[in-house]
Amino acid sequence: MDFDFLGDTMMKLLAGVPLTLQLTAISVAIGAALAILLAVLRAVSRPGEYFVRFYVFCLRGTPLLLQIFLIYYGLGQFAFVRESILWPFLRQPYWCAILALSLNTAAYGSEIVRGGLQSVPAGAIEAARAAGMSKLLMYRRIILPLALRQALPAYGNEMVIMVKSTSLASIVTLMEVSGISYAIISETYRALEVFLCAGSIYLVINFLITRAVAAVEYRITPHLRPVST
Amino acid sequence: MNLAVAVTDLRKSFGRNEVLKGVSLAAREGEVISIIGASGSGKSTLLRCIPMLEVPDGGEVAIAGETIRMRERHGRREPADAAQVNRIRGELGFVFQTFNLWAHMTVLQNVIEAPVHVQKRPRAECVAEARDILEKVGLGEKLDAYPAHLSGGQQQRAAIARALAMRPKALLFDEPTSALDPELVGEVLRVMRALAAEGRTMLIVTHEMGFAAEVSTRAVFLADGRIEEEGPPAQVFGDPLTERCRQFVGRHLNR
Ligand SMILES: Nc1ncnc2c1ncn2[C@@H]1O[C@H](COP(=O)(O)OP(=O)(O)OP(=O)(O)O)[C@@H](O)[C@H]1O
Ligand SMILES: [Mg+2]
Repeated sequence: MDFDFLGDTMMKLLAGVPLTLQLTAISVAIGAALAILLAVLRAVSRPGEYFVRFYVFCLRGTPLLLQIFLIYYGLGQFAFVRESILWPFLRQPYWCAILALSLNTAAYGSEIVRGGLQSVPAGAIEAARAAGMSKLLMYRRIILPLALRQALPAYGNEMVIMVKSTSLASIVTLMEVSGISYAIISETYRALEVFLCAGSIYLVINFLITRAVAAVEYRITPHLRPVST
Repeated sequence: MNLAVAVTDLRKSFGRNEVLKGVSLAAREGEVISIIGASGSGKSTLLRCIPMLEVPDGGEVAIAGETIRMRERHGRREPADAAQVNRIRGELGFVFQTFNLWAHMTVLQNVIEAPVHVQKRPRAECVAEARDILEKVGLGEKLDAYPAHLSGGQQQRAAIARALAMRPKALLFDEPTSALDPELVGEVLRVMRALAAEGRTMLIVTHEMGFAAEVSTRAVFLADGRIEEEGPPAQVFGDPLTERCRQFVGRHLNR
């Protein structure tokens, strides 16, 4: 074992961790907000339901790689995109990757949130109606709090998948962990060691995310635990 | 005396199943009306039509003299003003057979939820009032407990407290003890008895004939979507005028 090389590689790869984390955090945040909107839209309106189903169908049914390419190379083809105030963002690979990742995770996320919404007991909604809550208040205070608590464990999975999906951002030149590892390999041809290092970094990140989600879940579900005194 | 609840010629069908065929019922302030009848006779539907949890196909509902405005739309009847319905729902306390507490909130949070967020009353005032109400229903020690950590009887008393916290003009009970183990029924009936004694207006759908006979000022026997018999409890439970009511009461008292 060449520990000098491993240590050196590790240091180089760690430099990509902030970018990997940023891509994950920003797209999970945007994606989750979108996912909630999509799931609620699907639940409250018939045309909304068809729109969301079509959206999910398209984004789940095509490779993320293709979606990133489409946004990175495709958007610039449209004059109205190039002339819009968003162009300074959309011309950058960074924001294209975030857009693609967000839209993609929103599709999966909306299905997870939908499951959560379906798990909300009819009686809880009935009691909210009987208390005179408007639809909006009901979603804000009763339905979403119950649904999101239910959805959180499955959403943890989606976050882990997102961490791994950020590796695709390297194909639009972003030097996150995977991007750096490809660069090192093309210089050194030592694929095994480099991928072992990269893999262990992803493992650590995902281990931490899993623990964090479990901790949050524990905090927000005291009602599901036996009483502790 | 003012009418707390007035229902006039209420009609409701589910598909081709005509459940309410013109029911009129009025509760003066302070009256306790028990509603009895066989399973499927439309008791729950009648009660649920009052706060528009079911939208009646015909007839009128008025709470404390205010009629809920209705309109036709796409051939269906619906409340004309959602805000009015929401406000009126807040003036009625509905107690469900299955409690329907909000599982993610503590007992206290359940009780102050609608006063704070629907009625927009000051939080501190709501909390103080909620403590008093919970004390009264015997849950003074359970403010911070979650519904899942309570017995059925405690949950139903918390649900009654939640209804009371809205300062309702009338309380509607849909078989409040039917989902309870027999040994827990008493504690809920005790709370309801105290409310009746306070002069609260109450409409109670129940199979607890003895309790109904004791607390109600009037009893209504529903059969096939119509009021078959109505009168003082002594008549309806003791010496019904109609044969169907006689048979129903006889069957239930013998159990
Ligand atoms: N949401 C609904 N959709 C379709 N049919 C319904 C609905 N709610 C009630 N019904 C039907 O209406 C009839 C009356 O029901 P309702 O629940 O009012 O009876 P009930 O007198 O409360 O009976 P129980 O003593 O069993 O509670 C029944 O035939 C029932 O199947
Ligand atoms: Mg019923």
